[in-house]
Amino acid sequence: MIDLATIWAFIIAFAVFVYVVMDGFDLGLGILFPLFPQKADRDVIMNTVAPVWDGNETWLVLGGGGMMAAFPLAYAVLMPALYTPMIAMLLGLVFRGVAFEFRWRTQKARNKWDLAFAGGSLVATLAQGIALGAILQGIHVEGRHYAGGWWDWLTAFSVLTGIALVIGYALLGATWLVMKTEGELRERAYHLSWILLVAMLCAIGAVSIATPFLAVQYTQRWFAWPNIILTAPVPIAVAAVTALLLRALGNKNDHQPFFLVLALFALSYAGLGISMYPYIVPQSITIWQAAAPANSQIFMLFGVSILVPLILGYTAWAYWVFRGKVRPGHGYH
Amino acid sequence: MFEGWDAVVLARAQFAFTMSFHIVFPAFSIGLASYLAVLEALWLATKREVYINLFNYWLKIFAVAFGMGVVSGIVMSYQFGTNWSSFADKTGPVIGPMMAYEVLTAFFLEAGFLGVMLFGLERVGPRLHFVATLMVAIGTLISAFWILSANSWMQTPAGHAVNADGQFVAADWLKVIFNPSFPYRLVHMVLAAYLTTSLVVGGVGAWHLLRDQHLAGPRVMFSMAMWMATLVAPIQILAGDQHGLNTLEHQPAKVMAMEGHFQSHPNGAPLVLFGWPDMADAKVKYAIEVPKLSSLILKHSLDAPLAGLDTVPRENWPPVPITFWSFRIMVGLGFLILGLGLFSLLMRWRGLMYQSPLLHRFAVLMGPAGFIAVLAGWITTETGRQPFTVYGLLRTTDSVSPLAAPAVGSSLIAFIIVYFAVFTAGVIYILRLMAQPPHPGEQGPTKDLPARAAGITPAAGAVVEGAR
Repeated sequence: MIDLATIWAFIIAFAVFVYVVMDGFDLGLGILFPLFPQKADRDVIMNTVAPVWDGNETWLVLGGGGMMAAFPLAYAVLMPALYTPMIAMLLGLVFRGVAFEFRWRTQKARNKWDLAFAGGSLVATLAQGIALGAILQGIHVEGRHYAGGWWDWLTAFSVLTGIALVIGYALLGATWLVMKTEGELRERAYHLSWILLVAMLCAIGAVSIATPFLAVQYTQRWFAWPNIILTAPVPIAVAAVTALLLRALGNKNDHQPFFLVLALFALSYAGLGISMYPYIVPQSITIWQAAAPANSQIFMLFGVSILVPLILGYTAWAYWVFRGKVRPGHGYH
Repeated sequence: MFEGWDAVVLARAQFAFTMSFHIVFPAFSIGLASYLAVLEALWLATKREVYINLFNYWLKIFAVAFGMGVVSGIVMSYQFGTNWSSFADKTGPVIGPMMAYEVLTAFFLEAGFLGVMLFGLERVGPRLHFVATLMVAIGTLISAFWILSANSWMQTPAGHAVNADGQFVAADWLKVIFNPSFPYRLVHMVLAAYLTTSLVVGGVGAWHLLRDQHLAGPRVMFSMAMWMATLVAPIQILAGDQHGLNTLEHQPAKVMAMEGHFQSHPNGAPLVLFGWPDMADAKVKYAIEVPKLSSLILKHSLDAPLAGLDTVPRENWPPVPITFWSFRIMVGLGFLILGLGLFSLLMRWRGLMYQSPLLHRFAVLMGPAGFIAVLAGWITTETGRQPFTVYGLLRTTDSVSPLAAPAVGSSLIAFIIVYFAVFTAGVIYILRLMAQPPHPGEQGPTKDLPARAAGITPAAGAVVEGAR
């Protein structure tokens, strides 16, 4: 039952999820940037994440590199299929990444780099969401190659998932600011969290309703007996987390909203996993078909089992070093 | 647009363009990370203020360069899939794990400790901060280890088999990782990174010494950089020679192209100093040659026979003019760097190290030489192994994605526009930082990050702006 390919599917899924957890709020801050036009606010927002953004994005490299290593066929099919969203994401990440350093190095062009940070974050998020939708709706494969067109990724469904991810990351960003800032800035982040939460619930609902219509597999997976016993807890848990989230926001709690939104993401992500498994390219390539030879997967498994806990350890340490609220002119405390 | 273009050529152009931009930053940050670790160690050991000033001065530059290296690197790791998916499918089981190990052992280490290195001195104390600096420096070296191992396997594949799906698989991981050209390439590249950085540091030091010979910071950095150039340049020339002999053994066609040897020479081959290699006529036009010298260098015997490209099927020829000329640019710069090192040694011996405007001007001029040499060296080795991606086993034309020229062409244009806009700005910011000499009480890249008594806090910045 548990074989190497399954283990690796979980490892890649884990890496991608950690990426979403770590870079989601990070990109969300960029999406929210235009709503905080004052320089002092922007400085604080940037500083809440400046020491860690680089590590956050490394998980994206692990997701991509790990997939090439463990499921080379899937990587080779998905990347050409997602050509335009991938290029757009990479260029977006270039703009927002350099803005972290550049905006402190210039007076005249600061607004330009603020725009690069916001625009780059928005484009990268939209591209990730669209890529997700494009994967879910299925990809045309012949032999060992992508055989679809250059615009197959663009459908109403993929645009919906793109917008949903923008809303989701923005909500993560807003609740992150509730946790990491104070005063008027925190108040505004708090109000934004309410609006974005409502929007996110609508988005989850819309994507959940649309997904089963994409392919027969998804419908059976979710609604056929006896699967429904296993799948029903997911929407129930979403409802429970939402209730907790509403209470935490009502109480103006510092930390809970951010972590509860992460829980919402985890549940949505689990839902995705339920829909896709055991396909890595839905409807065409399973994880076993795409798996690299066992000796490649075993070779990496050694490294992953030792190094990933270590990485999580020192990453947690870095977050701990820069814990607490960021104040303009006062620092962390 | 791009209808009728060759998608393979466009994909190669895209890889060459994005790679050339990317390689500049790691080449600099590998050396600079080690230099920063040395500066901090000297500061901890001696408590001399000049070292921490220099550390903070170069740390700001490191932060900007490292950021650009990260974002241009993410592009590389996805390009294997977007433009070279057949390559990714076929070599993924071998190359993929090496790159995954690079991410796990190097990228996370660098990124994880970078934040503490940049902003954390006052939060974690000097000792733990030094550990963070050391981790970043070690991370850059581990990264070089894995990526050069992967590249070397593509140049001199070993320890592999081919499975039923036509994929390369590892038969012996140790043989894959420590493939024949890897040790040479690793040494050559790491030394190149150290030299590149020392030339930049020396150039900046010299620039400020030209204005004021008494500045403490520029004196220290200039002296350190010139020691590095003096000591490492000869070692690098030796390492390059050994690397060349290794290439002669495993990729003879590349050496033939580098040397411009279209014909075989049974009785000692001449060293072609300059000339124009003409592939259609299969000869070097306007050649200036030294008889038998090539055989002496490559075979250590004046009359040793050397085979030429006439022994290689024409469809397996690398593009000779590019390989030939980029090699000469690299070697020429290598000897100029050696000259700078020796000149500085002479001036140091005569006690004129800080008083010689001629030396300082030379050093300023040589500031960017390392970057050009690194690029020329990579162009030599990468064009010289064409037309293969995995040497002798997988042709470049069989490595690409099922591409359409318009898609590759458009993304190439997007990369060119964005890279020139973004990285030009970054280089200007770095040059602006370099234009200021390091001064007493130099601040790190804490920028508006608060928690410091002095420096630019947002509040102070607002006050200054308000006062204008």
